[in-house]
Amino acid sequence: MEKNNGLLTIKNLTKHFDISGGLLDQLSFSNGKISRKRTVVKAVNDVSFSIQPGETLSVVGESGCGKSTLARTVLGLYPPNSGEIYYRGDRIDTLSSKEMLPYRAKMQMIFQDPYASLNPRMTVARTLEEPVVFHNKSISNDEVQKKVEDVMEQVGVDPKWVDRYPHEFSGGQRQRISIARALMVDPEFVVADEPVSALDVSIQAQILNLMMDAQEKRGLTYLFITHDLSVVKHISTRVAVMYLGTLCELATVRELFDSRRHPYTKALLSAIPILGERKPKHIKLKGEVPTPINLPPGCIFHGRCEYVNDRCKEEKPKIRVLDSGAQVACHAVEEGRI
Amino acid sequence: MVGHLLEVKDLEVKFALRFGDLTAIDGISFILDKKEKLGLVGESGAGKSVTGFSIINLISKPGYISGGSVTLDGVKLNDLTDSEMREIRGNKISMIFQDPMMTLNPVLTIATQMTETVHAHRNVSKNDAMDIALDKLKKVYIPSPEKRLFQYPHECSGGMRQRIVVAIALLTNPALIIADEPTTALDVTIQAGITDLLSELCETDDMGLILITHDLAVVSQVTEKIAVMYAGKIIETGLTEDIIKNPRHPYTQGLIGSIPGTQEMGKRLTQIKGMMPTLTDIPKGCAFHPRCDIGEQICRETTPLLESVDGEKRLIACHIAGV
Repeated sequence: MEKNNGLLTIKNLTKHFDISGGLLDQLSFSNGKISRKRTVVKAVNDVSFSIQPGETLSVVGESGCGKSTLARTVLGLYPPNSGEIYYRGDRIDTLSSKEMLPYRAKMQMIFQDPYASLNPRMTVARTLEEPVVFHNKSISNDEVQKKVEDVMEQVGVDPKWVDRYPHEFSGGQRQRISIARALMVDPEFVVADEPVSALDVSIQAQILNLMMDAQEKRGLTYLFITHDLSVVKHISTRVAVMYLGTLCELATVRELFDSRRHPYTKALLSAIPILGERKPKHIKLKGEVPTPINLPPGCIFHGRCEYVNDRCKEEKPKIRVLDSGAQVACHAVEEGRI
Repeated sequence: MVGHLLEVKDLEVKFALRFGDLTAIDGISFILDKKEKLGLVGESGAGKSVTGFSIINLISKPGYISGGSVTLDGVKLNDLTDSEMREIRGNKISMIFQDPMMTLNPVLTIATQMTETVHAHRNVSKNDAMDIALDKLKKVYIPSPEKRLFQYPHECSGGMRQRIVVAIALLTNPALIIADEPTTALDVTIQAGITDLLSELCETDDMGLILITHDLAVVSQVTEKIAVMYAGKIIETGLTEDIIKNPRHPYTQGLIGSIPGTQEMGKRLTQIKGMMPTLTDIPKGCAFHPRCDIGEQICRETTPLLESVDGEKRLIACHIAGV
């Protein structure tokens, strides 16, 4: 993977959280000895990919697979434990927060819960003005007003409501305001963390349309985090499937839905309820997702996989690029057993 | 009154507030037979959950049932006293809720919670109650149920917890299960397991199921019948297949069109403009008319009735699409 061929490239990104608490919590007494043990949640492990300008890369996976952590680490909201992040070829994970500022204006985020992500004590006007003024101190008041009006119109919120507070809006309207806030600084890259999961279907459709329109008009690049596979199928260019903090498969949306390869992707996609299809045969996975504190050795999926062999239990599969450009991390695929 | 397991007729639920009564459920009727599965679909605020609660008479104040009747197995539930109703609840009707972490008591073991329910409804010994609990846990495919019985809810995963909630609902061999968004909080792989389980149980245990959800795709896989609700009314009802393939009411059409995946990838989704009205200002006439594309003058003035179309097993409430 060349480091400068994408808008954003991450290499071997790893993020762990130490949850062992204070020194006393870490100490344990066994066999007559006092030992100190750290508990680490391995949220994201060795993930690499590159996002092309103008595309929508979706990251899917079940709850707890590290997709939100990945999104936040990419933006620099969490410092990564190891790995590299490049934005247009510039390495950004080593920058100080001051050096990071110009990049922050280009990378914005939309959060899941529009009730929690808007400050209840700030009017829409203040919420929208804040990022513009912060990133461009020399901008005049009139320009800011004009910008607020423009962006509100674009996201379908009547500009005459600028003086209202978030509680006066419905969930869908609030999500429009969160999107407006992200668009205020004219970003190039937007990370959307489950932006429609908290909304009703008819409102969900409105927001997805809005996001697709904004992408078309502004040439935005999205990193779209979601667990809703029908949403993914609709809006993505490429899809990355994560399981327990590890990338299993990355392919174009068509290839992933037509000829998925990784056994986990197969199981995940077979579980999507499809409108009007009665009793589809979904692949039942045995067992449950292991905890990210004690990752299984070898392939992290081996305990639930039906194609498991001895190699899977010992050796971690590496991401391999297939002829079609799809990336799969699976020994069985590599050996041609699937 | 032979045959039908549940008959809801012109049910009306109101909430008494300072400034007057709000109508949450406005005269809905449906019938459910044994082994039959009905999907109650609609967006938030449509009155789906209130319908579920009013069937078991659990509407809390200031809400009250202001009209209509609910008949279960020939017994009119409205006429029952509180203690008689308590007998029905749990014994004949069980309810499953959305969030299993909220439903289960975090400080009691699963065994305690399950045997508690058995003792409340049946006069059995401690050992027998434990056997019943174990039996039901096996029925919902909990691995190593003997071990799980003595664990606490936090030791189980989300899917496992929801299975336990289903097991608790089954303890008294109910005739009807009302499942209120049972899979909304779960991941797809786990959701598929729970919906399979519910359909299977209806078949093996002769139960009726009312599945309350906003997810049409889930409903279309589980149920035989669908009732689509909007602003406290059923606006379209019929066989699941018919409705999914050929929705007639503009709201149902919009709802199905809004689901990503039903259309070509990357295209704009069909969207319904605006949003569901709040109960305080339900529009005059057809409640859907401000959001409807085919509305005419009549829609603004008179409320359409739920009527059958072309003698099919389909009822819709629309002036325009109904004719």
